[in-house]
Amino acid sequence: MSGGLEGPPPEERASPDGRRNSQGIRIDPEVEAEPESRRAVLSALVQHEPGVLANVSGLFRRRQFNIESLTVGPTTDGDRARITLEIDEPEPGIEQAKKQLQKLVPVIAVTELEPDAIRRELALIKVDGSAPDQVGAVAEMYDGKTVDVSRESVTVEITGSEQKIDAAVETFGRFGIHEIVRTGTAALERGTRKTT
Amino acid sequence: MSERTTKQRETEETTDADAKGGDGTPTTVTSGATSTVRALENAGIETMFGVQGGAIMPVYDALWGSDIDHVMMAHEQGAAHAADAYNVVSGRPGVCLATSGPGATNLVTGIADANMDSDAVVALTGQVPQSMVGSDAFQETDTTGITAPITKNNYFASDADTVGDTVGEAVALAGSGRPGPTLVDLPKDVTNDETDRDPGMPQTPETYTPQEEADADAVETAAHTIEAADRPLLLFGGGVVKADASEEARAFATEYEIPVVTTMPGIGTMPEDHDLCLSWAGMHGTGYANMAINHTDLLIAVGTRFDDRLTGGIETFAPDAEVIHVDIDPAEVSKNIHADYPLIGDAGRVLEQLHDTLPEAPDADEWREQCQTWKTEYPMGYATPDDEPLKPQFVVEALDEATSDEAIVTSGVGQHQMWASQYWTFREPRTWISSHGLGTMGYGLPAAIGARLAADDDEEVVCVDGDGSFLMTVQELSVAVREDLDITVAILNNEYIGMVRQWQDAFFEGRHMAAGYSWIPEFDKLAEAFGARGWRVDDYDEVADAIEAALDYDGPSVIDFHIDPAENVYPMVPSGGANDEFALSEDQL
Repeated sequence: MSGGLEGPPPEERASPDGRRNSQGIRIDPEVEAEPESRRAVLSALVQHEPGVLANVSGLFRRRQFNIESLTVGPTTDGDRARITLEIDEPEPGIEQAKKQLQKLVPVIAVTELEPDAIRRELALIKVDGSAPDQVGAVAEMYDGKTVDVSRESVTVEITGSEQKIDAAVETFGRFGIHEIVRTGTAALERGTRKTT
Repeated sequence: MSERTTKQRETEETTDADAKGGDGTPTTVTSGATSTVRALENAGIETMFGVQGGAIMPVYDALWGSDIDHVMMAHEQGAAHAADAYNVVSGRPGVCLATSGPGATNLVTGIADANMDSDAVVALTGQVPQSMVGSDAFQETDTTGITAPITKNNYFASDADTVGDTVGEAVALAGSGRPGPTLVDLPKDVTNDETDRDPGMPQTPETYTPQEEADADAVETAAHTIEAADRPLLLFGGGVVKADASEEARAFATEYEIPVVTTMPGIGTMPEDHDLCLSWAGMHGTGYANMAINHTDLLIAVGTRFDDRLTGGIETFAPDAEVIHVDIDPAEVSKNIHADYPLIGDAGRVLEQLHDTLPEAPDADEWREQCQTWKTEYPMGYATPDDEPLKPQFVVEALDEATSDEAIVTSGVGQHQMWASQYWTFREPRTWISSHGLGTMGYGLPAAIGARLAADDDEEVVCVDGDGSFLMTVQELSVAVREDLDITVAILNNEYIGMVRQWQDAFFEGRHMAAGYSWIPEFDKLAEAFGARGWRVDDYDEVADAIEAALDYDGPSVIDFHIDPAENVYPMVPSGGANDEFALSEDQL
């Protein structure tokens, strides 16, 4: 038994031709392509209190934003810390990530950094100790330095952009990498531009 | 049976309730617990809902001498839902209280519910002493961790001197901007510790500054767009209710003669019997509302988050429409549906701004006629055979008929919820109280308790419930009896988890896996056992009398309406479909 509702059935109804894409933007279906994702660096000034980092990382997990890296550290103001996040998302997603981040009550301010912002990462790379001089030479090539030497291993410290670290890791690969640790990107705006 | 009911209640009244103090003066602060209570008093809290337990006992003890009324619930989930409905009906924050561990986790469903529906609920939870936190102590759980994703903000109180300020902030924050639930976790050492520091008046955090007024240029651009529209449509969401902006919303709609659809939480913002009102849109909304959504060329959406139960498939939602989106939460703008004209601000204020800016009504005679045509083309209705079983829609209409325009309706979740919202004609905001976003079965009864305590005495409170939903929180009936609350529960009993059964018929070839009750309690007798009044109704000619008797009874009553178990909810927009694809019966799905 049905509800006894009347009216023309679905196939007899005039339906508009328009469409939206999966981001809810009205499109011309003929020309629309899937939006490409891009890398964005977000800097968030937050209250320096327990739970903030868990809150921020939880937000990105539950809303399915892709985090490439996340770093956190104190600022000159003891009550405030800075979180730097790198995300990889299509355009509306980046905007949404910023708004959601801003919405967390302990988050004071959020900015997306300009493409030319200073971005640095630090890596410690522990390689096989059989050729320390060659390791030292490669480290120098990447403006790095040897920070620990033992009979079995040499550990070097490299700082720079993510791409530079990637390249260094690849080069050190030929010595045999024992262990590696990377900090993720920290970033600040150049010159007089304020980060947040 | 009714004699025993009365006797039971008299016994209750002489034991506990009379002894609690409260002499009209604010609580004197001597400890973290009294500071907590004082902060609630400062915030104007009059009623709270909770369940006792070890870690929260100091706070309960501090309530002994306070003017704040406390309603002892049967289960913490009920406390959270009662606080939630209290907020929706009154507009004031609803406060619930629970102990650590299971007390806190039992609140979680209610907090998540409040979060989805943007309700100002403040949860205060006990916690083990700080020295034991992290040791897996008895009834310890990571309450702030668990509730972080489902609260607007939560707090772990760590100091008796500041706990009152924290509680005040939690109350202030819950109700400001876009409302939402907050939680303060209260370790027992903090509530027990001595302090004489009075908490001040509640303050929102300094960094929390919601934008009240939209950018003037953006308003002007949007206003011109409205003036130029051929097929403008207003969409009022729950945000209009939260902002108490129904008056501005109605004024705007009627002055410029723009047709209105609402979301389900937006029910009551526009009287449903008004010519311009097309009732609510979405999965089980009216055909005419859904047609209007799909054919508008300018959707003026106010206080809505474009939930998927409203939009159906994103790709086909209002596909010819530019969108003006008014919301106080920037994160809702262009989250699901791109806003061509975002207007960030308070719903009432922005509607006033638009009102002040818009020179003339759009020329939309043809469109208004079209909307009226859809109303006659797709009328709401149901088969009304002379023979039983009862049609649930008939029961809803009879309840609506027997009550005033200001009657407050709560519901659980499922078929009965849809019939209640479809066939009750709502005329006022804050009269339709339901679990929209989270879809929590069992919301209705505890919500009726919270609603009753928030409502004026002359407003009837009716819970339209399902058999499945009622069974989920039935224990709260004991509270309604103990507190002598005049509520009427109307169960639309089809002995099924009805919406699941409907979907099984439509999409699972009729395999009723775990949807039917092979046996279900006799709810009229269950009600009597609780000390409430109960009726069972099977026949059409008993409906009106039972409703009259239940409404007349000055206390909690339950009517168990045995309805047609085969009745389904239509119209229905298929999941992910276009709004105008609504099926009028199962064979159209």
